[in-house]
Amino acid sequence: MNFQKLRGELYYQAALLGGVALVTTAALALADRATSSDIAAAQARDMQQSLTQVLPGEYDNDLLKDTLVLNGPNGEVTVYRARRAGRVEAVVFKVSGNGYAGPIDCMMGIDRNGHITGVRVIKHKETPGLGDKIEPAKGHWIYEFEGKSLGDPPAEKWGVKKDGGVFDQFAGATITPRGVVKAVKGGLDFFDKQRAQMLDDTVPLRETFGRTTEGGKP
Amino acid sequence: MSNIYSRITRDSLWNNNIVFAQTLGLCPTMAVTSTATNGLGMGLATTAVLVASNMLISSIRHAVSEEVRIPVYIVIIATLVTLVDVSINAWAHDLYKVLGLYIALIVANCAVLGRAEAYAAKNPILPSGMDGLMMGLGFTFALTIIGAVREILGTGTLFADAHLLLGPAFSFMELKLIPDYKGFLLMILPPGGFLAVGFLIAGKRIIDRRSASVAEPVPAAAPAIS
Repeated sequence: MNFQKLRGELYYQAALLGGVALVTTAALALADRATSSDIAAAQARDMQQSLTQVLPGEYDNDLLKDTLVLNGPNGEVTVYRARRAGRVEAVVFKVSGNGYAGPIDCMMGIDRNGHITGVRVIKHKETPGLGDKIEPAKGHWIYEFEGKSLGDPPAEKWGVKKDGGVFDQFAGATITPRGVVKAVKGGLDFFDKQRAQMLDDTVPLRETFGRTTEGGKP
Repeated sequence: MSNIYSRITRDSLWNNNIVFAQTLGLCPTMAVTSTATNGLGMGLATTAVLVASNMLISSIRHAVSEEVRIPVYIVIIATLVTLVDVSINAWAHDLYKVLGLYIALIVANCAVLGRAEAYAAKNPILPSGMDGLMMGLGFTFALTIIGAVREILGTGTLFADAHLLLGPAFSFMELKLIPDYKGFLLMILPPGGFLAVGFLIAGKRIIDRRSASVAEPVPAAAPAIS
Protein backbone atom coordinates (compact mmCIF):
# COMPACT_ATOMS: atom_id res chain seq x y z
CA MET A 1 0.00 0.00 0.00
CA ASN A 2 1.23 3.45 -0.72
CA PHE A 3 0.88 5.12 2.67
CA GLN A 4 2.74 8.19 1.48
CA LYS A 5 -0.12 9.16 -0.77
CA LEU A 6 -2.93 7.96 1.47
CA ARG A 7 -1.66 9.88 4.46
CA GLY A 8 -2.53 13.18 2.81
CA GLU A 9 -6.17 12.33 2.30
CA LEU A 10 -8.76 13.71 4.71
CA TYR A 11 -10.80 10.51 4.97
CA TYR A 12 -7.66 8.57 5.87
CA GLN A 13 -7.34 10.41 9.19
CA ALA A 14 -10.83 9.38 10.25
CA ALA A 15 -10.28 5.84 9.04
CA LEU A 16 -6.97 5.58 10.87
CA LEU A 17 -8.37 6.87 14.16
CA GLY A 18 -11.40 4.64 13.82
CA GLY A 19 -9.27 1.64 12.97
CA VAL A 20 -6.93 2.16 15.91
CA ALA A 21 -9.86 2.66 18.27
CA LEU A 22 -11.50 -0.52 16.98
CA VAL A 23 -8.39 -2.64 17.36
CA THR A 24 -7.54 -1.35 20.83
CA THR A 25 -11.13 -1.72 22.04
CA ALA A 26 -11.15 -5.29 20.78
CA ALA A 27 -7.88 -5.97 22.60
CA LEU A 28 -9.32 -4.54 25.84
CA ALA A 29 -12.52 -6.53 25.48
CA LEU A 30 -10.54 -9.74 24.98
CA ALA A 31 -8.28 -8.95 27.94
CA ASP A 32 -11.29 -8.24 30.13
CA ARG A 33 -12.85 -11.54 29.16
CA ALA A 34 -9.61 -13.40 29.83
CA THR A 35 -8.98 -11.86 33.23
CA SER A 36 -12.35 -11.03 34.81
CA SER A 37 -12.89 -14.42 36.44
CA ASP A 38 -9.35 -14.50 37.84
CA ILE A 39 -9.72 -10.97 39.18
CA ALA A 40 -13.06 -11.79 40.79
CA ALA A 41 -11.52 -14.88 42.38
CA ALA A 42 -8.57 -12.89 43.70
CA GLN A 43 -10.88 -10.25 45.16
CA ALA A 44 -13.02 -12.91 46.79
CA ARG A 45 -9.84 -14.37 48.32
CA ASP A 46 -8.91 -10.93 49.66
CA MET A 47 -12.36 -10.51 51.11
CA GLN A 48 -12.20 -13.96 52.68
CA GLN A 49 -8.84 -13.06 54.19
CA SER A 50 -10.05 -9.83 55.74
CA LEU A 51 -13.11 -11.68 57.07
CA THR A 52 -11.02 -14.34 58.80
CA GLN A 53 -8.80 -11.65 60.28
CA VAL A 54 -11.63 -9.90 62.08
CA LEU A 55 -13.37 -13.16 62.88
CA PRO A 56 -11.03 -15.75 64.30
CA GLY A 57 -12.35 -19.24 64.87
CA GLU A 58 -14.06 -21.95 62.88
CA TYR A 59 -17.38 -21.50 61.18
CA ASP A 60 -19.13 -24.00 58.98
CA ASN A 61 -20.65 -21.77 56.31
CA ASP A 62 -19.33 -19.67 53.44
CA LEU A 63 -19.48 -16.12 54.78
CA LEU A 64 -19.19 -14.57 51.34
CA LYS A 65 -22.47 -16.18 50.29
CA ASP A 66 -24.37 -15.77 53.54
CA THR A 67 -25.06 -12.07 53.46
CA LEU A 68 -27.78 -9.67 54.40
CA VAL A 69 -28.19 -6.13 53.13
CA LEU A 70 -29.47 -3.73 55.78
CA ASN A 71 -29.98 0.01 55.86
CA GLY A 72 -27.19 1.48 57.93
CA PRO A 73 -26.59 5.05 59.02
CA ASN A 74 -24.82 5.84 55.72
CA GLY A 75 -26.70 3.79 53.18
CA GLU A 76 -26.80 0.08 52.61
CA VAL A 77 -24.46 -2.19 54.54
CA THR A 78 -23.67 -5.75 53.54
CA VAL A 79 -23.55 -7.95 56.61
CA TYR A 80 -21.65 -11.25 56.40
CA ARG A 81 -22.85 -13.88 58.82
CA ALA A 82 -20.84 -16.69 60.35
CA ARG A 83 -22.75 -19.72 61.52
CA ARG A 84 -22.13 -22.86 63.45
CA ALA A 85 -24.73 -25.58 62.89
CA GLY A 86 -27.09 -23.05 61.34
CA ARG A 87 -26.96 -20.61 64.27
CA VAL A 88 -25.56 -17.16 63.54
CA GLU A 89 -22.58 -16.86 65.86
CA ALA A 90 -21.07 -13.61 64.59
CA VAL A 91 -21.46 -10.96 61.94
CA VAL A 92 -18.95 -8.94 59.93
CA PHE A 93 -19.60 -5.67 58.16
CA LYS A 94 -17.86 -2.58 56.90
CA VAL A 95 -17.89 0.72 58.74
CA SER A 96 -16.44 4.00 57.62
CA GLY A 97 -15.07 6.91 59.61
CA ASN A 98 -13.71 10.34 58.76
CA GLY A 99 -9.95 10.51 58.97
CA TYR A 100 -7.54 13.35 58.50
CA ALA A 101 -7.26 12.91 54.75
CA GLY A 102 -10.50 11.23 53.75
CA PRO A 103 -12.62 8.27 54.71
CA ILE A 104 -11.17 5.32 56.64
CA ASP A 105 -12.84 2.02 55.79
CA CYS A 106 -12.74 -0.75 58.36
CA MET A 107 -14.10 -4.28 58.58
CA MET A 108 -15.39 -5.20 61.99
CA GLY A 109 -16.59 -8.47 63.43
CA ILE A 110 -19.08 -8.70 66.31
CA ASP A 111 -20.11 -11.88 68.04
CA ARG A 112 -23.63 -12.86 69.16
CA ASN A 113 -23.24 -11.14 72.50
CA GLY A 114 -22.15 -7.82 71.06
CA HIS A 115 -18.42 -8.19 71.73
CA ILE A 116 -15.99 -7.08 69.05
CA THR A 117 -14.00 -10.00 67.62
CA GLY A 118 -11.70 -7.79 65.60
CA VAL A 119 -11.32 -4.61 63.56
CA ARG A 120 -9.08 -4.08 60.52
CA VAL A 121 -8.57 -0.98 58.45
CA ILE A 122 -8.95 -1.95 54.81
CA LYS A 123 -8.54 1.43 53.14
CA HIS A 124 -7.27 4.82 54.27
CA LYS A 125 -5.28 7.82 53.09
CA GLU A 126 -3.78 8.93 56.40
CA THR A 127 -0.33 10.50 56.69
CA PRO A 128 2.42 7.89 56.43
CA GLY A 129 4.43 7.77 59.64
CA LEU A 130 1.75 9.47 61.74
CA GLY A 131 -1.75 8.28 61.03
CA ASP A 132 -0.90 4.92 59.50
CA LYS A 133 -0.34 3.29 62.90
CA ILE A 134 -3.93 2.12 62.54
CA GLU A 135 -2.58 -0.61 60.22
CA PRO A 136 -1.61 -3.80 62.02
CA ALA A 137 1.68 -3.79 60.09
CA LYS A 138 2.66 -0.47 61.69
CA GLY A 139 1.34 -0.80 65.23
CA HIS A 140 -0.79 -2.76 67.65
CA TRP A 141 -3.34 -0.04 68.20
CA ILE A 142 -6.13 -1.67 66.18
CA TYR A 143 -6.10 -4.72 68.50
CA GLU A 144 -7.29 -2.54 71.39
CA PHE A 145 -10.86 -2.99 70.19
CA GLU A 146 -10.94 -6.75 70.60
CA GLY A 147 -13.39 -7.88 73.27
CA LYS A 148 -14.89 -4.42 73.72
CA SER A 149 -18.63 -3.89 73.54
CA LEU A 150 -21.19 -1.10 73.86
CA GLY A 151 -21.19 -1.25 77.66
CA ASP A 152 -17.47 -1.94 78.05
CA PRO A 153 -16.15 0.72 78.16
CA PRO A 154 -19.29 2.77 79.00
CA ALA A 155 -20.67 4.97 76.24
CA GLU A 156 -19.02 8.20 77.43
CA LYS A 157 -15.61 6.48 77.46
CA TRP A 158 -15.84 5.47 73.79
CA GLY A 159 -13.31 7.98 72.57
CA VAL A 160 -9.59 8.69 72.45
CA LYS A 161 -7.88 9.65 75.71
CA LYS A 162 -7.73 13.28 74.70
CA ASP A 163 -11.54 13.32 74.61
CA GLY A 164 -11.80 11.53 77.96
CA GLY A 165 -12.08 8.05 76.47
CA VAL A 166 -10.04 4.90 76.93
CA PHE A 167 -8.34 4.56 73.53
CA ASP A 168 -4.83 5.80 72.86
CA GLN A 169 -4.18 8.50 70.31
CA PHE A 170 -0.92 8.82 68.39
CA ALA A 171 1.64 11.55 68.87
CA GLY A 172 0.91 14.01 66.09
CA ALA A 173 -2.28 12.30 64.93
CA THR A 174 -5.48 12.51 66.96
CA ILE A 175 -7.98 12.89 64.16
CA THR A 176 -7.16 9.49 62.67
CA PRO A 177 -7.78 7.34 65.79
CA ARG A 178 -10.76 9.51 66.71
CA GLY A 179 -12.28 8.71 63.31
CA VAL A 180 -11.70 4.98 63.73
CA VAL A 181 -13.10 4.91 67.28
CA LYS A 182 -16.18 6.78 66.13
CA ALA A 183 -16.66 4.39 63.21
CA VAL A 184 -16.35 1.33 65.46
CA LYS A 185 -18.78 2.82 67.99
CA GLY A 186 -21.16 3.52 65.11
CA GLY A 187 -20.83 -0.12 64.06
CA LEU A 188 -21.73 -1.31 67.57
CA ASP A 189 -24.76 0.99 67.64
CA PHE A 190 -25.80 -0.33 64.25
CA PHE A 191 -25.48 -3.91 65.51
CA ASP A 192 -27.48 -3.06 68.61
CA LYS A 193 -30.29 -1.57 66.58
CA GLN A 194 -30.47 -4.31 63.95
CA ARG A 195 -29.52 -7.17 66.24
CA ALA A 196 -32.72 -9.13 65.78
CA GLN A 197 -32.43 -9.10 62.02
CA MET A 198 -28.71 -9.84 61.90
CA LEU A 199 -28.96 -12.81 64.24
CA ASP A 200 -32.15 -14.20 62.72
CA ASP A 201 -31.19 -17.74 61.71
CA THR A 202 -34.12 -18.27 59.41
CA VAL A 203 -33.62 -15.58 56.75
CA PRO A 204 -33.45 -17.56 53.54
CA LEU A 205 -30.06 -17.43 51.81
CA ARG A 206 -31.52 -17.09 48.35
CA GLU A 207 -32.98 -13.68 48.97
CA THR A 208 -29.69 -11.83 48.84
CA PHE A 209 -27.57 -14.37 47.06
CA GLY A 210 -27.53 -12.54 43.75
CA ARG A 211 -26.12 -9.37 45.23
CA THR A 212 -22.98 -10.96 46.55
CA THR A 213 -21.80 -12.32 43.26
CA GLU A 214 -21.81 -9.18 41.19
CA GLY A 215 -18.71 -8.93 39.07
CA GLY A 216 -18.06 -12.65 38.94
CA LYS A 217 -20.51 -15.13 37.60
CA PRO A 218 -20.65 -18.39 39.45
CA MET B 1 24.99 -1.89 14.06
CA SER B 2 26.19 -2.64 17.57
CA ASN B 3 27.38 0.94 17.61
CA ILE B 4 23.77 2.17 17.56
CA TYR B 5 22.84 -0.06 20.45
CA SER B 6 25.75 0.96 22.63
CA ARG B 7 24.93 4.61 21.97
CA ILE B 8 21.26 4.02 22.82
CA THR B 9 22.32 2.29 26.01
CA ARG B 10 24.68 5.02 27.12
CA ASP B 11 22.28 7.83 26.24
CA SER B 12 19.25 6.23 27.83
CA LEU B 13 20.82 5.09 31.06
CA TRP B 14 22.81 8.19 31.84
CA ASN B 15 23.26 11.07 29.37
CA ASN B 16 19.60 11.40 28.51
CA ASN B 17 18.07 9.73 31.57
CA ILE B 18 14.32 10.30 31.69
CA VAL B 19 14.28 11.72 35.20
CA PHE B 20 17.76 13.11 35.75
CA ALA B 21 18.33 14.68 32.33
CA GLN B 22 14.99 15.05 30.56
CA THR B 23 13.12 15.64 33.85
CA LEU B 24 10.09 13.91 32.37
CA GLY B 25 7.63 11.66 34.14
CA LEU B 26 7.92 13.50 37.42
CA CYS B 27 4.28 12.94 38.37
CA PRO B 28 4.63 9.17 38.85
CA THR B 29 8.16 9.69 40.16
CA MET B 30 7.05 11.86 43.05
CA ALA B 31 4.02 9.74 43.77
CA VAL B 32 5.69 6.36 44.18
CA THR B 33 9.24 6.89 45.37
CA SER B 34 8.56 6.87 49.10
CA THR B 35 10.40 3.53 49.21
CA ALA B 36 13.03 1.95 46.97
CA THR B 37 10.81 -1.09 46.43
CA ASN B 38 7.94 1.00 45.10
CA GLY B 39 10.34 2.85 42.80
CA LEU B 40 11.70 -0.41 41.46
CA GLY B 41 8.24 -1.84 40.85
CA MET B 42 6.99 1.28 39.10
CA GLY B 43 10.17 1.42 37.01
CA LEU B 44 9.82 -2.18 35.85
CA ALA B 45 6.13 -1.74 34.99
CA THR B 46 6.96 1.41 33.02
CA THR B 47 9.78 -0.42 31.23
CA ALA B 48 7.37 -3.12 30.07
CA VAL B 49 4.99 -0.49 28.71
CA LEU B 50 7.81 1.48 27.06
CA VAL B 51 9.21 -1.53 25.20
CA ALA B 52 5.78 -2.61 23.99
CA SER B 53 4.63 0.88 23.01
CA ASN B 54 7.90 1.75 21.22
CA MET B 55 7.87 -1.46 19.17
CA LEU B 56 4.18 -1.22 18.34
CA ILE B 57 4.36 2.42 17.33
CA SER B 58 7.52 1.84 15.32
CA SER B 59 5.83 -0.99 13.43
CA ILE B 60 2.95 1.22 12.31
CA ARG B 61 4.99 4.39 11.82
CA HIS B 62 4.55 4.44 8.04
CA ALA B 63 0.78 4.21 8.28
CA VAL B 64 0.29 6.95 10.87
CA SER B 65 -0.17 10.41 9.46
CA GLU B 66 1.32 13.53 10.96
CA GLU B 67 -2.06 15.07 11.79
CA VAL B 68 -3.54 12.35 14.00
CA ARG B 69 -0.39 10.78 15.39
CA ILE B 70 -0.80 12.08 18.95
CA PRO B 71 -4.30 10.62 19.54
CA VAL B 72 -3.18 7.37 17.91
CA TYR B 73 -0.16 7.10 20.21
CA ILE B 74 -2.15 7.98 23.30
CA VAL B 75 -4.83 5.40 22.55
CA ILE B 76 -2.16 2.73 22.01
CA ILE B 77 -0.28 3.63 25.20
CA ALA B 78 -3.45 3.78 27.29
CA THR B 79 -4.47 0.37 25.95
CA LEU B 80 -1.10 -1.15 26.79
CA VAL B 81 -1.21 0.28 30.31
CA THR B 82 -4.69 -1.14 30.82
CA LEU B 83 -3.55 -4.54 29.55
CA VAL B 84 -0.63 -4.51 32.01
CA ASP B 85 -3.00 -3.39 34.76
CA VAL B 86 -5.58 -6.15 34.27
CA SER B 87 -2.99 -8.88 33.78
CA ILE B 88 -1.14 -7.98 36.99
CA ASN B 89 -4.46 -7.76 38.79
CA ALA B 90 -5.49 -11.19 37.56
CA TRP B 91 -2.25 -13.15 37.71
CA ALA B 92 -0.08 -11.40 40.29
CA HIS B 93 -2.68 -10.13 42.69
CA ASP B 94 -0.32 -9.63 45.63
CA LEU B 95 1.89 -7.44 43.49
CA TYR B 96 -1.20 -5.57 42.36
CA LYS B 97 -2.03 -4.68 45.93
CA VAL B 98 1.36 -2.97 46.17
CA LEU B 99 1.49 -1.37 42.73
CA GLY B 100 -2.16 -1.21 41.74
CA LEU B 101 -2.61 2.47 42.44
CA TYR B 102 0.45 3.43 40.47
CA ILE B 103 0.02 1.45 37.28
CA ALA B 104 -2.66 3.77 35.96
CA LEU B 105 -0.18 6.60 36.53
CA ILE B 106 2.00 5.25 33.72
CA VAL B 107 -0.44 6.82 31.26
CA ALA B 108 0.36 10.17 32.83
CA ASN B 109 4.06 9.56 32.27
CA CYS B 110 4.86 11.86 29.38
CA ALA B 111 8.16 10.01 28.91
CA VAL B 112 6.27 7.15 27.26
CA LEU B 113 4.64 9.47 24.74
CA GLY B 114 7.92 11.33 24.48
CA ARG B 115 9.84 8.23 23.39
CA ALA B 116 7.10 7.33 20.91
CA GLU B 117 7.31 10.76 19.38
CA ALA B 118 11.05 11.32 19.57
CA TYR B 119 12.34 7.87 18.69
CA ALA B 120 9.87 5.13 17.78
CA ALA B 121 8.07 7.20 15.15
CA LYS B 122 11.30 7.61 13.16
CA ASN B 123 13.25 4.39 13.69
CA PRO B 124 12.95 0.67 12.88
CA ILE B 125 11.37 -1.79 15.28
CA LEU B 126 14.43 -3.32 16.95
CA PRO B 127 16.28 -0.11 17.81
CA SER B 128 12.94 1.28 19.04
CA GLY B 129 12.47 -1.69 21.33
CA MET B 130 16.03 -1.28 22.55
CA ASP B 131 15.41 2.41 23.16
CA GLY B 132 12.29 1.58 25.16
CA LEU B 133 14.13 -1.04 27.20
CA MET B 134 17.10 1.16 28.01
CA MET B 135 15.03 4.28 28.69
CA GLY B 136 12.87 2.12 30.96
CA LEU B 137 15.89 0.75 32.80
CA GLY B 138 17.26 4.27 33.16
CA PHE B 139 13.91 5.31 34.62
CA THR B 140 13.94 2.28 36.94
CA PHE B 141 17.46 3.18 38.06
CA ALA B 142 16.44 6.76 38.78
CA LEU B 143 13.29 5.78 40.68
CA THR B 144 15.12 3.18 42.76
CA ILE B 145 17.84 5.68 43.71
CA ILE B 146 15.32 8.38 44.62
CA GLY B 147 13.27 5.84 46.57
CA ALA B 148 16.37 4.59 48.39
CA VAL B 149 17.40 8.11 49.40
CA ARG B 150 13.93 8.97 50.66
CA GLU B 151 13.48 5.63 52.40
CA ILE B 152 16.83 5.69 54.19
CA LEU B 153 16.37 9.27 55.36
CA GLY B 154 12.66 8.96 56.01
CA THR B 155 12.31 5.62 57.77
CA GLY B 156 15.83 4.23 58.13
CA THR B 157 15.09 1.10 56.07
CA LEU B 158 16.00 0.01 52.55
CA PHE B 159 13.86 -2.09 50.20
CA ALA B 160 11.14 -2.63 52.82
CA ASP B 161 8.47 -5.08 51.58
CA ALA B 162 10.68 -6.24 48.71
CA HIS B 163 9.29 -9.76 49.17
CA LEU B 164 5.85 -8.53 48.13
CA LEU B 165 7.25 -7.26 44.86
CA LEU B 166 9.87 -9.85 43.96
CA GLY B 167 8.84 -12.90 45.94
CA PRO B 168 9.95 -14.35 49.28
CA ALA B 169 13.41 -15.19 47.91
CA PHE B 170 14.28 -11.52 47.88
CA SER B 171 13.49 -10.77 51.49
CA PHE B 172 17.26 -10.63 52.13
CA MET B 173 17.18 -7.23 50.42
CA GLU B 174 15.07 -5.78 53.21
CA LEU B 175 17.52 -3.94 55.41
CA LYS B 176 17.00 -1.95 58.54
CA LEU B 177 19.91 0.42 58.26
CA ILE B 178 19.28 2.63 61.26
CA PRO B 179 17.90 0.80 64.32
CA ASP B 180 15.45 2.73 66.52
CA TYR B 181 15.20 5.47 63.92
CA LYS B 182 12.48 7.93 64.79
CA GLY B 183 11.77 8.77 61.18
CA PHE B 184 12.05 11.96 59.17
CA LEU B 185 8.54 12.53 57.90
CA LEU B 186 9.43 15.28 55.44
CA MET B 187 11.29 12.84 53.22
CA ILE B 188 8.32 10.48 52.98
CA LEU B 189 5.88 13.26 52.12
CA PRO B 190 5.83 14.90 48.67
CA PRO B 191 8.32 17.71 49.51
CA GLY B 192 10.92 15.03 50.22
CA GLY B 193 10.47 13.80 46.66
CA PHE B 194 11.24 17.24 45.25
CA LEU B 195 14.24 17.64 47.54
CA ALA B 196 15.67 14.23 46.64
CA VAL B 197 15.14 14.72 42.90
CA GLY B 198 16.66 18.21 43.02
CA PHE B 199 19.81 17.12 44.84
CA LEU B 200 20.22 14.04 42.64
CA ILE B 201 19.93 16.09 39.44
CA ALA B 202 22.48 18.55 40.82
CA GLY B 203 24.75 15.61 41.67
CA LYS B 204 24.47 14.20 38.16
CA ARG B 205 25.39 17.58 36.68
CA ILE B 206 28.46 17.81 38.89
CA ILE B 207 29.59 14.32 37.86
CA ASP B 208 29.00 15.16 34.19
CA ARG B 209 30.98 18.37 34.44
CA ARG B 210 33.88 16.68 36.23
CA SER B 211 34.11 13.87 33.67
CA ALA B 212 33.80 16.36 30.80
CA SER B 213 36.66 18.47 32.11
CA VAL B 214 38.80 15.36 32.57
CA ALA B 215 38.10 14.10 29.07
CA GLU B 216 38.77 17.36 27.30
CA PRO B 217 40.62 20.36 28.67
CA VAL B 218 38.35 22.74 26.75
CA PRO B 219 35.69 23.96 29.22
CA ALA B 220 32.38 22.35 28.42
CA ALA B 221 29.57 24.59 27.33
CA ALA B 222 27.23 25.49 30.14
CA PRO B 223 24.39 22.96 30.19
CA ALA B 224 21.17 24.31 28.82
CA ILE B 225 18.77 25.06 31.62
CA SER B 226 15.23 24.45 30.59
